[in-house]
Amino acid sequence: MKNKMIAVAFFSLFVLAGCKPVKEYQKMYLNDSEMELSMRKGQKFENNFQLYREGSAGANGGKTGGGCGCN
Amino acid sequence: MIRIPIIIIAFYLSILNVFSQKSDTTIYQSRRLKIEEVNFVSSYYRQDGNNAAVTGGVGSEELTDFATTLDIRLSKIDRKSRINSYNFEIGIDTYTSASSDKVDPSTISSASSGDQRIYPSLAWSRLNDSKGMTIGANVSVSSEYDYLSIGGGVNAFKDSRDKSRQVGVRIQTYQDFVTMIYPIELRSGRTGGKESRNTYSTTFSYSQIINTRLQVLFLLDVAYQNGFLSLPFNRVYFSDTSVDIENLPGNRVKIPLSMRVNYFAGDIFIIRGFYRYYTDDWGLKSNTAEIETAIKITPFVSVSPFYRYYSQSGIRYFAGYQQHLRSESYYTSDYDLSTFDSHFVGSGIRLVAPNGVLGIAKFNTIEIRYGHYSRETGLVSNIVSLHAKFR
Repeated sequence: MKNKMIAVAFFSLFVLAGCKPVKEYQKMYLNDSEMELSMRKGQKFENNFQLYREGSAGANGGKTGGGCGCN
Repeated sequence: MIRIPIIIIAFYLSILNVFSQKSDTTIYQSRRLKIEEVNFVSSYYRQDGNNAAVTGGVGSEELTDFATTLDIRLSKIDRKSRINSYNFEIGIDTYTSASSDKVDPSTISSASSGDQRIYPSLAWSRLNDSKGMTIGANVSVSSEYDYLSIGGGVNAFKDSRDKSRQVGVRIQTYQDFVTMIYPIELRSGRTGGKESRNTYSTTFSYSQIINTRLQVLFLLDVAYQNGFLSLPFNRVYFSDTSVDIENLPGNRVKIPLSMRVNYFAGDIFIIRGFYRYYTDDWGLKSNTAEIETAIKITPFVSVSPFYRYYSQSGIRYFAGYQQHLRSESYYTSDYDLSTFDSHFVGSGIRLVAPNGVLGIAKFNTIEIRYGHYSRETGLVSNIVSLHAKFR
């Protein structure tokens, strides 16, 4: 756990250290609908069944708890 | 002689008047509420396996689910030029479950054997673009035969001045009520009624544009649940062949942490990566890694093959059929909480048509996805989804 957290922290620092200012007119690629930093609408029910069939949930834009999941 | 220059000057001034900037004397009028977009999402899901929790970790897990949601997003600009968005969603699931028939095999009509779930929700958000601040709130209800869930939450997001990063926080709660329907042979001596299950979660988010092609999102959830966290119709068979309903602790703390990375490579490839680490105080730890590559066949059509790997260590209260000791305090034979790896693979195809799909002007996007899921326990499932967007 500790090693994984350190690895994630280092990776995050490495990525964030490379940040460059991006002007609005330079966001052609970032504004593409495929680049949205969220689940696709079409993934909604895939996420639902994974929530039911697996023991963990959350940190993906979906629910962390609540609801039955009894099937 | 002098009349000619006056006419010329007057003509010149009239031209200047035409091209000059008019002073803004108009009074701002609040825009009317307008429909931003409508989304229709539908899916068909089918699974089969041989470790049903209702029958103590053995028996058919066959299940089908047909689910549909419709959401409408409306917006309105108020007098302070803030954008208010309203999102109304309603969803209906219709499902059949072979294992739930075993709650009471004599009737084949008990909790969830064939049921519908209806879940309306309403969300509001207000964007103050001059301050880069968004606040919001939501309420939701989910109702089915043996389960009622009422949700509510608030959220706030702050953009940096150059809009290259955003920090956010969400606070959410679900107040649930479980109808106590026991397996037929375990009903004597037990009263029915309802038990409560409460969830409180806080999500912290941070997104950052790295360069013109790369952006990342970090999410951290801290969730606490209390109340009746078992299910009343899940059986557990002990090593001495006796049987009881599952019994899990009344509290659970969950901490998932994730990172999402999107990268636009060249002009036709978009790589979407996701990783999540999860831990909770029942002893479950998991890792989820997902990659999807959207390939733009044309500027408006893309194909998106994806693969997801998931691995979890089971909770400390899990054991299979007739493996629990009667002396244990907590026990379950629900294989969703066991140790396993799983794989989910599939593809989607997406058409974004600025002039409308099939010539229908408002029909902006259509996406179809198929996925195949296999779990180390033997459970397999398939899902096909359709998303249509109108705007």
